[in-house]
Amino acid sequence: MGRVAPNSLIPRAEPVVPTDFRAQFLQTYQHMLLSRVLEEKLGALYRAGGRIVGGVYLGKGQEAFSAALGAQLQKGKDLYGPLIRDQAGRIAFGEPVLDCVRTYLGAVTGPMRGRDGNIHRGRPRDGYMAMISHLGSLLSVVAGGLFAKRLAGKLHDAIGATSIGDGGTSTGAFHEGLNMAAVEKLPLIVSVANNQYAYSTPNSRQYACENLVDRAAGYGITGVSVDATDLGACLEVFRAAVQRARSGGGPQMIVGTLLRLAGHGEHDDASYVPDLARKGPLSGDCLGIAERRIIDEAWMSERDLKELLTESRNKVDQAVAKVSKEPTPDPFKDNWQALSCADLVEGQHEA
Amino acid sequence: MSITYLEAIREAQYEALRHNPAVFLYGQDIDTFGGAFKATKNLGKEFPGRVFDSPISEDAMVGMAVGAAIEGARPIVEMQFADFSSVGFNQIVNQAATLYWRTNTPCPITIRLPSGGTAGSGPFHSQSMEALYAHYPGLVIVTPATVEDAYWMLLDSIAIDDPVIFCEHKFLYYHLKSDEIGPRTLPVGKARIARPGRHATIVTYSAMVHEALRAAEELQLDGYSIEVVDLRSVKPMDTDTILASVARTGRLLALGEAFPWGGVTAEIVSRVATEGFHLLDAPPMRLNSKDTPIPYHPNLWKAHRPTIATIAAALRRLLRY
Repeated sequence: MGRVAPNSLIPRAEPVVPTDFRAQFLQTYQHMLLSRVLEEKLGALYRAGGRIVGGVYLGKGQEAFSAALGAQLQKGKDLYGPLIRDQAGRIAFGEPVLDCVRTYLGAVTGPMRGRDGNIHRGRPRDGYMAMISHLGSLLSVVAGGLFAKRLAGKLHDAIGATSIGDGGTSTGAFHEGLNMAAVEKLPLIVSVANNQYAYSTPNSRQYACENLVDRAAGYGITGVSVDATDLGACLEVFRAAVQRARSGGGPQMIVGTLLRLAGHGEHDDASYVPDLARKGPLSGDCLGIAERRIIDEAWMSERDLKELLTESRNKVDQAVAKVSKEPTPDPFKDNWQALSCADLVEGQHEA
Repeated sequence: MSITYLEAIREAQYEALRHNPAVFLYGQDIDTFGGAFKATKNLGKEFPGRVFDSPISEDAMVGMAVGAAIEGARPIVEMQFADFSSVGFNQIVNQAATLYWRTNTPCPITIRLPSGGTAGSGPFHSQSMEALYAHYPGLVIVTPATVEDAYWMLLDSIAIDDPVIFCEHKFLYYHLKSDEIGPRTLPVGKARIARPGRHATIVTYSAMVHEALRAAEELQLDGYSIEVVDLRSVKPMDTDTILASVARTGRLLALGEAFPWGGVTAEIVSRVATEGFHLLDAPPMRLNSKDTPIPYHPNLWKAHRPTIATIAAALRRLLRY
């Protein structure tokens, strides 16, 4: 992508950047910003104590990579199985902020009804999978959804997408799932956010290959690397990958390189990340980098950006205020049934 | 013309494929080869594009079935041996079993587990996994002991909107025959009185039902009449039928082929002790396999699992009390 400084003297007969790209960039940036603001709020609620009972897991620094994928998907048609650091992707996919806040606060009005929390949320019937904690295990689930769509003759050009991190690629489930998806030539995007640390474990203790993307060849699938701090590059890479998947190109593995700019969760100060890495070439903040480009390209003014920030904050504050008034789960009202077939639920022997 | 337990399982899958386009089969070597035990013989040919060979990836096989079920399919997954389902354990107990409770999305998958011991199969082709899965909320565990139950309960399992672990016993595959498959009698969740009696109750399931019946015949020669309860499904467990039987006999032997620590027999004893203590004339007994891996050589294998002789001996101890 060429860059044109805002004060350039070169006359511009037509935009260097196509307008649809610009529109998508700006829209995705808004998703990233909303995600960052929402997560900062969740972090603040966590630190204040009391409201959020479990952990808080942030995607700070991964918004561009995450949202660039979510932005390519069509809700209602495509399947999406996000992971821990995909708040931005979830928003880009179309998850309302309320679903997130309700799940974090355990409201019964949310999709998980207080039965599961924080990042473990989704609406599977809408093609939006709810991750479990076991890394890698969502890959085959998304693949299975695609498999069933194809079997029923309903796949058409729908695709599935799921995310993982550097650590998650070490699981057997990841290998089994991706190999199976490759054998079945399913239209599956697997985005690998290589954020250098799995909780506290550096990549040197995680894998021995030169680059994670090299693994794609072993599965017989296409693999592409991208600088995950560069929203423009991420959008381009995912756009092309989605196009390949939609047109029968099989699974696509996209490895984004970045540094996690938060702890594993808000309980973790990430003191194990050395200063050298914190100040190193990977440590750029994708949100700031995207903002700079917006200013440089003169797509928006500083004032417009400030307004967007205010809008995002209002949206988040309103959601938190609304959910705070909503009912929390009542153990006496929960039906405590793990089966959908009520006649197969055993009598309450302990009750 | 007779039909074996194994053929009944094949026939049930045939019927399911024939009547429900949402059903498909996924497992290792099940298409052209027809499965390690031929439980899917010719189904790939009869239903092209609906019977799939999977990679050797039990985790992905189950995960895939869960995703397919979310999309409205009703997959049947064949584990080549129950033992290998341990590799798919996470997907079964954490993904499939929690899906409905967490997300209000039903998960209608059937996982077939060729279970239990046969001579010469050794530690990794002989296991009974029902107790492990029964421990987890969100799963239905069926353990058919008859040709009819193998057929009807597999069809029931496929129709159930929750994940079902279908424990089919390999020892019964070829040995157990029926002249025909009669009409459906009991729903999943109801136990069956396999043999009525007055002096003691054996509560058991799967292949051990037949060992229990033979032991009961032996005791008959001594003048004892032994009731045998076939659980049919270990979860849900039909506690009412168990308690009613113990109420008639006053004595309980819980019998299972699985390892002795915890498990189904412990659950039976626990329920009878807590809810039917007043019905008991003797301390309830349990009989399981030995607490070692399952041996290879027939001499060892026969001594590892409960046999007619050890069941009869246990009954005599129970009756002497």
